[in-house]
Amino acid sequence: MQEIQSLMGGFAVAMTWFNLALMFAGVTLGVLIGVLPGLGGANGVAILLPLTFSMSQQPGGTTSAIILLSCIYWGALFGGAITSILFNIPGEPWSVATTFDGYPLAQKGRAGAALTAAFTSSFVGALVAVILITFISPVIARFALKFGPPEFFSVYLLTFSAFVGMAKGTPFKTIVAMMTGFALAAVGIDTVTGQLRLTFEFTELLKGFDFLIAVIGLFGIGEILLTIEEGLEFKGAQAKLNMKVVLETWKELPRYWKTSIRSSAVGCLMGIVPGGATPASFMAYGLAKKMSKDGEHFGTGKVEGVVAPETAAHAAGTSALLPMLTLGVPGSPTAAVLLGGLLIWGLQPGPLLFVEKADFVWGLIASMYLGNIVGLIVVLTCVPLFASILRIPFAIIAPVILVICAIGAYTVHNSMFDVWLMVGFGILGYVFKKLDYPMAPLVLALVLGDRTEDSFRQAMLGSQGSLSAFFANPLVSTITGLALLLLFWPLISKLITLARGRNGA
Amino acid sequence: MTTGEKNSMEDKRPVTSMRVAELVMAGLFMIFGAIVMWDSRRLGSDWAEDGPQAGYFPFYISLLIVASSAAIIFRALNLGEKGRAAFVEWGQLRMILTVMIPTVIYVALIANPWFSLGIYVASAIFIAFFMWHLGKYAWARILPVCIGVMVFFFFLFEVWFKVPLPKGPLEAAFGFG
Repeated sequence: MQEIQSLMGGFAVAMTWFNLALMFAGVTLGVLIGVLPGLGGANGVAILLPLTFSMSQQPGGTTSAIILLSCIYWGALFGGAITSILFNIPGEPWSVATTFDGYPLAQKGRAGAALTAAFTSSFVGALVAVILITFISPVIARFALKFGPPEFFSVYLLTFSAFVGMAKGTPFKTIVAMMTGFALAAVGIDTVTGQLRLTFEFTELLKGFDFLIAVIGLFGIGEILLTIEEGLEFKGAQAKLNMKVVLETWKELPRYWKTSIRSSAVGCLMGIVPGGATPASFMAYGLAKKMSKDGEHFGTGKVEGVVAPETAAHAAGTSALLPMLTLGVPGSPTAAVLLGGLLIWGLQPGPLLFVEKADFVWGLIASMYLGNIVGLIVVLTCVPLFASILRIPFAIIAPVILVICAIGAYTVHNSMFDVWLMVGFGILGYVFKKLDYPMAPLVLALVLGDRTEDSFRQAMLGSQGSLSAFFANPLVSTITGLALLLLFWPLISKLITLARGRNGA
Repeated sequence: MTTGEKNSMEDKRPVTSMRVAELVMAGLFMIFGAIVMWDSRRLGSDWAEDGPQAGYFPFYISLLIVASSAAIIFRALNLGEKGRAAFVEWGQLRMILTVMIPTVIYVALIANPWFSLGIYVASAIFIAFFMWHLGKYAWARILPVCIGVMVFFFFLFEVWFKVPLPKGPLEAAFGFG
């Protein structure tokens, strides 16, 4: 039970008045970000990251900084539900499934019940995932301490193969987006040979592309352009949330314990795989619809139909931090931005973090418990406030968000070139969305590009250029095998349906 | 037919089809892949005595980009009915340009070789333009909003978080360099 002891130590680190105040600030900001169009978890955290530079240099400051940023993330996760239920606009892709039953409930005048159900089940999902992180991550980190370059490369390969295997559309677009990320990551000085790559004598390109700029442009500007194209006006249901509705809904919720358990399990499993939150929410909704007694009434405004996707999405969103903490491999763009934060503050993410910076890791894990409790309190009490923000006319909110994005892009390196890059990435993000190119693989490849390449090169050096390095021992062969299975999954599943079709005919 | 109806019919006309947009994007990716490939070959993408050369990894990346964009082009040519759908309509494009053009001017106003306004003044002008042009607000509403927002941002960044942003003549007049 060493984990419990470490966790208690973590609580001691996280439970200062300063950190608690940061949690409230972070969650409130996060919900705001989750509610506003054009700002989401990933680019919201990216924009606020530079503000933590000075904070992280004080003693114990890195823990405070990660608490602030991770609480923004929890807030953004909670905030997605508000727009889905009240306005039928999913703030984040994983809240799409929440609109299926959440919006009909709001139209029936039961917005309060839908919101309470969404927030409470989000909290439950996150709690299950945090417990999982508490007990599993030290084990994985200990295990991963033995990893060499081939093992790390196979883990990266698994991460990227998962994107290809789980892609909704054509796998080729996922591959192109991902490889573009890798190519952009290669721009600049090669760390091994010191040669200039892909800079074409432009001095601005020497330092390469920062993924924070890409995140702000792709997710921020791109989203604003899409919103403006639809000429969007917000027409939402009224949000009234009083204690009576909350308590009544809480009385109803224990009835859905089976759905909760199922959705948490789906969420935790899918969350560890990159890009898992969105499929997890759909899967949990589908499962609940199939297994529930009144499954045929799903979509007409059932509280259970809100519980399922929200539990799963939050469980997935939280457990996405598990591979980030233990292996240094982020499972989502937001986790990638948090990982970028660690690097900027001078911490090396990966298994060694548990050994060298135990204070930091356990402080963060403890703050996950506290942050979600704080989050639940904030969202339950402040819904009308957040909903009223969506009623600010678009002609005011859009330029303010664009200004915030520009400031965020500038502060990453104090460079105007980055602001121009952000505009470019914004246009790219708009085209990507319209043509169904996924953005998350590009961002993750941009983040992990250098480390993937380093581990690949080192592994190849070890084996004198032979690919057999990735099948040298049972561990690395298993991971590589899994990665290849996922990579070719679109092809395999097509073959299976073909074979079945032939049998049937 | 009134001018309003005529306008809305023109608004619905597609600028380009999905197929053309898919082909152009995949074509751009292919060019990008070719550039990466060319540079990797220049750096050397083989196995040197001391290990892989600098272009070794990017070369395979570029190979995948070119191959996948070829597959996307092939798919786009066989899209059928779906390929004829509108990628973007004229009305939508106009809305996007009413955001994009001011944004580009805004970024140029922040800092340029001739006359830089700094981020605060440029942002205030940008927000004011949006509210006036898109929101049709009266100046009595516009000025308090854009000045208030920028004063808040100024204190947030320059004073509380000590993150310096680009400044121009107005800030200099107040003694902030």
